[in-house]
Amino acid sequence: MPRLSRPIIVLIVLIAIALPLSLLAGRVWIDAAHTPNAAVILADLRLPRSLLALVIGAGLGAAGAAMQGYLRNPLADPGLFGIAPMAALGAVASFWFGFSASAWLLPLFALVGAAAGMALLALIAGRTGGIALFTLAGLMIASLAGTLTSLAISLAPNAFAMSEIVTWLMGALTDRSWREIWVAAPLTAAGFACLMMTGRGLDALILGDAAARSLGMRPGILQAWLIAGIGLTVGSGVAVAGIVGFVGLIVPHLVRPFTDRRPSQLIVPSALAGALLVLVADCTVRILPLVTELRLGIALSLIGAPFFLWLLLRMRRGLA
Amino acid sequence: MMLDATAVSVSRNGTAMLDAVTARLSAGRINAICGPNGAGKSTLLSCLAGLIIPNDGSVSLNRVPLAALSPQARARQVGYLPQDGEIAWDVAVRSLVALGRMPHGDASAEPVDRALAALDLETLANRPVSRLSGGEKARVLLARVLAGDPDWLLADEPLAALDLGHQLALLKILRSTADTGAGVVLVVHDLALAMNHADNVIVLDEGRLVASGPPETALSSSVVETVWHVSARWIGELGARALVTQ
Repeated sequence: MPRLSRPIIVLIVLIAIALPLSLLAGRVWIDAAHTPNAAVILADLRLPRSLLALVIGAGLGAAGAAMQGYLRNPLADPGLFGIAPMAALGAVASFWFGFSASAWLLPLFALVGAAAGMALLALIAGRTGGIALFTLAGLMIASLAGTLTSLAISLAPNAFAMSEIVTWLMGALTDRSWREIWVAAPLTAAGFACLMMTGRGLDALILGDAAARSLGMRPGILQAWLIAGIGLTVGSGVAVAGIVGFVGLIVPHLVRPFTDRRPSQLIVPSALAGALLVLVADCTVRILPLVTELRLGIALSLIGAPFFLWLLLRMRRGLA
Repeated sequence: MMLDATAVSVSRNGTAMLDAVTARLSAGRINAICGPNGAGKSTLLSCLAGLIIPNDGSVSLNRVPLAALSPQARARQVGYLPQDGEIAWDVAVRSLVALGRMPHGDASAEPVDRALAALDLETLANRPVSRLSGGEKARVLLARVLAGDPDWLLADEPLAALDLGHQLALLKILRSTADTGAGVVLVVHDLALAMNHADNVIVLDEGRLVASGPPETALSSSVVETVWHVSARWIGELGARALVTQ
């Protein structure tokens, strides 16, 4: 278990500061004394939205750290395993068939999609636990889900459904309520617990696959925990907020220099940093003076893509 | 303590990599596995480490089939050092060496400190591995295995990337490891190193066992000629021999 290291304490303090501020921030800044219905706005709108940002960010951050540790690649992202695209495909199916109006059916469809992605991944990768096969299987599933999502959009039954699908895919926390918290929080917590089980195996993989197995690491079991952990964290996140990209890629990089760089020590700080990043990003999109609110997924991609480029350039400099 | 391979055969995609190899290795000695490229040396070492399950035959540790042991129990007894020396993340030397304690499920500092001291790495304990030289990195990786206090140390060409000084220093450590009663099994390309430093040599060619026994017998000129197709003879005294091609 990771000890309560300095990065963890700092991140907890930052979240403790950011969370109350996030409740006040928005198109209308809340002044508890003067804003009409301040208590209702805080309790029913701002608080669930902020908590949901923390839950989703934590899940994505932890999943990203585990993915990078498993693939021993700093460019890995939870989306690589195809679970997020499968969850999105499930959600798109609910729009397509007209079930999205129901409060529970949209996340349910997305969770079924994520579960199908997890099952498919486990089925293709088999019991061998080979990393290359596992990654290729994930890429194939992601590609297939993306293609089917595009097909669903192009064959949408009407323009409204098409617009709904496209908007939803951009990812947002707008108008989310406690209901989404009850869906995402327990599943993310369960997923996080699964990811915590991968710590020792991921540490062993620092030495490569053969040395890790010689240390007693069981590749099949490690993969099973990973599939469950990433499926639950990422799947539940997509189910309630759509595609929120780049968090899993960026966050482990931001945190890694402050840890001893062992993957097991990165999962908790990455979860906290992911929670903080999504919370701050969501506050930012709320207070930007735009006609309509910028979608959270777009905002994070706007930050993430240049970061990714910077990362590649830095790696190129390192190789030169 | 004995590590036995009995009629071990391994094939991949229809190609025989090991063909009914039988070898009996004793603890307290340095055992060298030699052979030309593609002879099956690394495959045999992986079988002995329990990382490859043979298609036929078995590997047993003190008469207990390796396959019957849990991965953790096996890892506590058999330490394995792969050839590639991969280190994925830029961790500190101490953190890397402490990975050797993983099979024991403890973070005990004493064996880690002992391994660091044995390989003269105490001053480098907090240094990131990216800032180590090739020789230092090889010592750190060996320290990682030693930190696990294994009964058997299996290493795949641990001397290949090292200069002469570091080779001799590492051989000295391997000898002292064997002297403590542990079994040492090395894949070695350099026949002179095997001749001068091993107690027992296994020679493989095209997946088959060609010779085994004391180095003077297993690496005789006739075996060298048969296996490596090189006409050569040994010169010098026992323990300081050199192979001269003719």
